[in-house]
Amino acid sequence: MAGLHGLFLMSEIKIERLDENRWIVPPTGGMRVPGMIYSSDKMTGGIGTDESLKQVANVAHLPGIINYSFAMPDMHWGYGFPIGGVAAFDMKEGVISPGGVGYDINCGVRAITTRLSSSDIKGRMDNLVTALFRDIPSGVGSKGDLKLSIKEEKKVLREGARWAVKNGYGFPEDLVTTEDGGKMEGAEPECLSERALERGRAQLGTLGSGNHFLEIEIVEEIFDEKRALAFGLEPDQVVVVIHSGSRGLGYQVCDDFLARMVKHINKLDFPLPDRQLACAYLASHEGKEYYAAMACAANYAWANRQLLMHRTRQTFEKTLGISPRELGMSLLYDVSHNIAKFEEFPVEGKNRKVCIHRKGATRAFPPGHYALPDRYRATGQPVLIPGDMGTGSYILAGAETAFTDTFGSTCHGAGRVMSRSKAIKASKGRSIRSEMAERGVCVMATGKRTLLEEIPEAYKKVDEVVDVVHRAGLSKKVARLRAVGCIKG
Amino acid sequence: MKQKYAVFDHTADLGVEIYGKDEKELFSNAAHALFDIMTDINIVYPKTERDIRVEGSGLEDLMVNFLREILYLFNGEGLSLHNFLVSEMDSYHIKGTVRGEKIDPDRHCLNMEVKAVTYHRAEVKKGSHGWTARVIFDV
Repeated sequence: MAGLHGLFLMSEIKIERLDENRWIVPPTGGMRVPGMIYSSDKMTGGIGTDESLKQVANVAHLPGIINYSFAMPDMHWGYGFPIGGVAAFDMKEGVISPGGVGYDINCGVRAITTRLSSSDIKGRMDNLVTALFRDIPSGVGSKGDLKLSIKEEKKVLREGARWAVKNGYGFPEDLVTTEDGGKMEGAEPECLSERALERGRAQLGTLGSGNHFLEIEIVEEIFDEKRALAFGLEPDQVVVVIHSGSRGLGYQVCDDFLARMVKHINKLDFPLPDRQLACAYLASHEGKEYYAAMACAANYAWANRQLLMHRTRQTFEKTLGISPRELGMSLLYDVSHNIAKFEEFPVEGKNRKVCIHRKGATRAFPPGHYALPDRYRATGQPVLIPGDMGTGSYILAGAETAFTDTFGSTCHGAGRVMSRSKAIKASKGRSIRSEMAERGVCVMATGKRTLLEEIPEAYKKVDEVVDVVHRAGLSKKVARLRAVGCIKG
Repeated sequence: MKQKYAVFDHTADLGVEIYGKDEKELFSNAAHALFDIMTDINIVYPKTERDIRVEGSGLEDLMVNFLREILYLFNGEGLSLHNFLVSEMDSYHIKGTVRGEKIDPDRHCLNMEVKAVTYHRAEVKKGSHGWTARVIFDV
């Protein structure tokens, strides 16, 4: 297929090394600011091996962008913005772009600590994974037990995780340790299409498919004892990590608004280097509507992860035959890694409210930030970085450099390096489930291809990604967790 | 039978190149490709049908919008489809009928979730041997 090569030419963007962890894309053509890429010499996949570099440059063309178009070390190709992309925009002159958030609005991670240690679940892992797999709906288009009325669904969209807690799915303290209290202000359900509402009605409390998962992990290594203590982490402890988002409702919101904004590209008073960067001025009617709809999807995702946690609590209690007190499941933190938000940062010596886009990037607020709960005021915000399937996760803490340099942002995960079809080819003739079992991870998945697509070698090594943000001071390593059980869609 | 489509690699997504002797066949094959990727299309029965009408600002835009509409029938209405008939079309409009049935989790196997049909590098071209289109799915 010779004709396809033109599509995937190597990037022709020039980059200059700034220091050990940072590369600059100097502004050329219509770029309003430089690009800034966090990476390392060791990074698998490296810099500039795919179109993502071009996307960093493309984002820099958008009006109102402040300082840099950033890419985190787990950067890979997305449409419009790269995944791992971060960009802040001026509230008056800047834009908001659905491609800067992604289809899975407020896809994110929550980590839940327990009072259990590895010996408490030894020999019970198969039971636990089977029970979780049975109790938590997963897979393509999976439906939950709840079928919401449109009226109730709109409450979810306005209230987020608060709706879930109000309705008995968890406790008020869960909200304290959720980013923004699990509720984004400015949500307006009337901005959603009927299709988006319809898709949302039956999917609350479902995990989804692809790279979404629920993992049982064990704290393997502590890097920072003081912070680990404040986060409630200790060696050998059992922790549950959930990765999921806003399901079909979020995809539909993104799809609806991209289609609307693509239609109006020609009416914008600036040229777009890529249609997928379709956007609207923050101050425009369309920009405000997208924000209000995106906030609904963000709230849906927070309610969804809250429900998933609630179900996990019940399944653990039932399967292990222990009381809630003995189990002691407590939400360490919940972070979003696909979102656009209004936040305040120092810009040229002054505090300024901006619209920060994080697409495959995590908020990482430093110690002392007013948005953090008292519990984490001294430590900085917990940052949750899942690895590839069955590897485990890192728990980091937000640091000052992120606040001053990257609008309070850090990486979000491992980052794909192998396409799904290549991964399937690479796993031909292998039993991925047995391979994972040999590594001590019990895995169950709904889709027959999911395990093949998600093989560990399809991703950058999460250790390398985390080392870059640690060295660059965007967030500090607190603990590393090893996976022992995993359910996937 | 002539090949309807081929898949090509794209790091986090799935690219599809679609072939057709004319525009109508191209669009019909595009819908086939989408469903063939998501499900086992051979075990879907034509129990129900839906009329499709879509507009676009040109063939590329029309292709993306057409596939978005078809994808919604799967994601929104829970329909698995296998028969795509284009009755009328020009560069800005398409009209047709699709047939299929409600997804039955016991019988239909779902291979892959397609989150969205993207506008990224969408292409529709006429060559010496017929029409070719390229579309990237977000999966």
